[in-house]
Amino acid sequence: MNAREKILARIRNTQNPAAVATAQTIASHLAKHPRGPLPPQPNNLLACFKERALKLSSDILETNNINDVPALVAKYLNERKLPIRGVCWPALATLRWNDAGLEIQSHPALPLHNPLPQAGEEANELLRKFNDNDLVGITGAFCAIAETGTLMMLSGADTPATTSLLPETHIAAIDPKRIVATMEDAWDLLRSENKQPPRAVNFISGPSRTADIEQTVTLGAHGPYRVLLILVPINE
Amino acid sequence: MQNTSLQFKKQVTIKLADVRLQDALSRLQSRFVGGRAAVISEIHDLEETRIAAAAIRDHALNNLDYWLQHFEQQATARGAIVHWAETGDDVNRIVTEIAALHNVKTAAKSKSMVSEECGLNDALEEAGVAVMETDLGEYILQLAHEAPSHIVAPVVHKNKEEIADLFAEKHHTPRKTDIAELCREAREILRPAFLNADMGISGANFLIAETGSALIVTNEGNGRLVTTLPRVHVAITGIEKVVPTLEDVTTLLRLLPRSATGQSITNYVSVLTGTKKPEDHDGPEHFHIILLDNGRSSLIGGDMQEMLRCIRCGACMNHCPVYQNIGGHAYGWVYPGPMGSILTPVLGGIENSPDLPNASTLCGACAVVCPVKIPLPDLLRKLREKQMQLGMKSRQETFMLKAWAWLALHPRLYAKATAIGVRMLKLIGGNKKLIHTLPGAGGWTDGRDFPAPAGKTFRELYQQGKHK
Ligand code: SF4
Repeated sequence: MNAREKILARIRNTQNPAAVATAQTIASHLAKHPRGPLPPQPNNLLACFKERALKLSSDILETNNINDVPALVAKYLNERKLPIRGVCWPALATLRWNDAGLEIQSHPALPLHNPLPQAGEEANELLRKFNDNDLVGITGAFCAIAETGTLMMLSGADTPATTSLLPETHIAAIDPKRIVATMEDAWDLLRSENKQPPRAVNFISGPSRTADIEQTVTLGAHGPYRVLLILVPINE
Repeated sequence: MQNTSLQFKKQVTIKLADVRLQDALSRLQSRFVGGRAAVISEIHDLEETRIAAAAIRDHALNNLDYWLQHFEQQATARGAIVHWAETGDDVNRIVTEIAALHNVKTAAKSKSMVSEECGLNDALEEAGVAVMETDLGEYILQLAHEAPSHIVAPVVHKNKEEIADLFAEKHHTPRKTDIAELCREAREILRPAFLNADMGISGANFLIAETGSALIVTNEGNGRLVTTLPRVHVAITGIEKVVPTLEDVTTLLRLLPRSATGQSITNYVSVLTGTKKPEDHDGPEHFHIILLDNGRSSLIGGDMQEMLRCIRCGACMNHCPVYQNIGGHAYGWVYPGPMGSILTPVLGGIENSPDLPNASTLCGACAVVCPVKIPLPDLLRKLREKQMQLGMKSRQETFMLKAWAWLALHPRLYAKATAIGVRMLKLIGGNKKLIHTLPGAGGWTDGRDFPAPAGKTFRELYQQGKHK
């Protein structure tokens, strides 16, 4: 018997037969994936999301026009004397970043300049070089969660996980229509739109932090030092 | 990690006299105990949520064989490779083989208590793989060649002055004591390690059977980096960590960070499923998941099964008056505090940790805060009973307990004997009403004076009260 069989056999030999669920119970649990106790539904998702996100040290700006986003980003970065060079997801690459005085490149590059990357060593090398220099990462989000002020990000070809992770400043544009109440609602949205989770689902709640030294919270550990959320209607 | 819990009593004396440690422990208490208290009430119905969480864990454990296989099936379908390991040595062998297979020279590692069980870093170094711990606390410990003393805050026993000395010595940089500057220095030293590592090693807080995913919570972002950048990702976790669905894990997530660090959610929660697709720009090409038993399966179906509900939040140790006074190292293995006092003897053999089941006042604080309602004091009591049955108690202790039991069954004699006893103790106590030494019970008087009783038993006082 290999380790797998031995471990499973030990479990089966000693488990309490009276407590073992029927195949039917298990199938129905998987099919219905019932929810546990939930917090009360907030009256105003947007207000709740903003309040929670601020508590977790995210910054928030709002606008009604997606074309205003580059100017808002420029103002935010300039006020803080931060570098103006960075990368964005391709979906946001058509915004007029240059006009706002920013140097923002699409990552991955727009299809025109973008031969399909080869798997393996070489692609990884390229990726590494590319990411290490970017100080601002601009992304969208799959949805946002009011209960905790959290962004839900799905990894994918046009939504790389590194854009929200390697730069010192992460900026995310979120459509207020995509704010849901709880993580349970977010899973349902994922099930209805994507069927199965992508390689990485990342929930982000504010800038990275550590409290390892003397339990003193310090923002900016290995991920971004700051997270700016821009609430803006986005037309798909 | 070697189990040194046989040295428990000796260690306790050393730790109690360690002023710096006592300082650090009082900080932990105020930050974590206070932090938890501040946010746990955010949960709409805490008790109902704890009951639901315990039920989720119980269902998973009662059907562990099913959910592990379901997990394996789903994970494999998405391109992950699932390995099963009986012991820590098996984990080390499997990881070393994976490293050899993919020609791995360097590994970046995020915090994994299970890998501490195995002593993985030493095994990898021996096989020629350079391992870098990337969790700030674990990185500091790696520099200092020390073991973690807390499952959530591994370096709680060190203050910033010690860390400042360590960084200046090892990094050859000017000494700094500002905590933010120390963090920045570590970030800058570790960033190239992430970017260049061939392999990322992580734990997994939960495995989700429905989707075949590993879930990792981190605050620093290092968990995301080691699972995104290197071309190989190895996740190591215990077989008990599986839960059925995304909804089930979400209920547990409402409790875990709030109980652990007093956060409503950790900065990052990553749900990782399968490998990078050809069109993806990041993510590992190879994803290996190692399921470690190491004694866990022997708890299934027995009177210790409830211990496997544990979600490793650390609340029981933060609230434990014994842990608060001696810290984590005295417990002698990976897991300290009340949960460790149970896990270490049940996983590593009760004969190797005779003191741990007794390293508790049974005050019950741990059971009150445990998010998955593990009856920790009851389990400790059961372990003490087992020690008794195995004849592990000293002859003297066994004799005293038997004598007391016999006396307690004879109420009149009991009243007489205790009446004489308290009068004698009062006499020994003298004017100061303190007893400096008690023959045969040095444990009660070596570290402090034992307050002398009032000279009358409760029954006598009660009788007096009735006649007033
Ligand atoms: S026993 Fe309970 S309180 Fe202690 S670490 Fe485990 S889950 Fe947390």
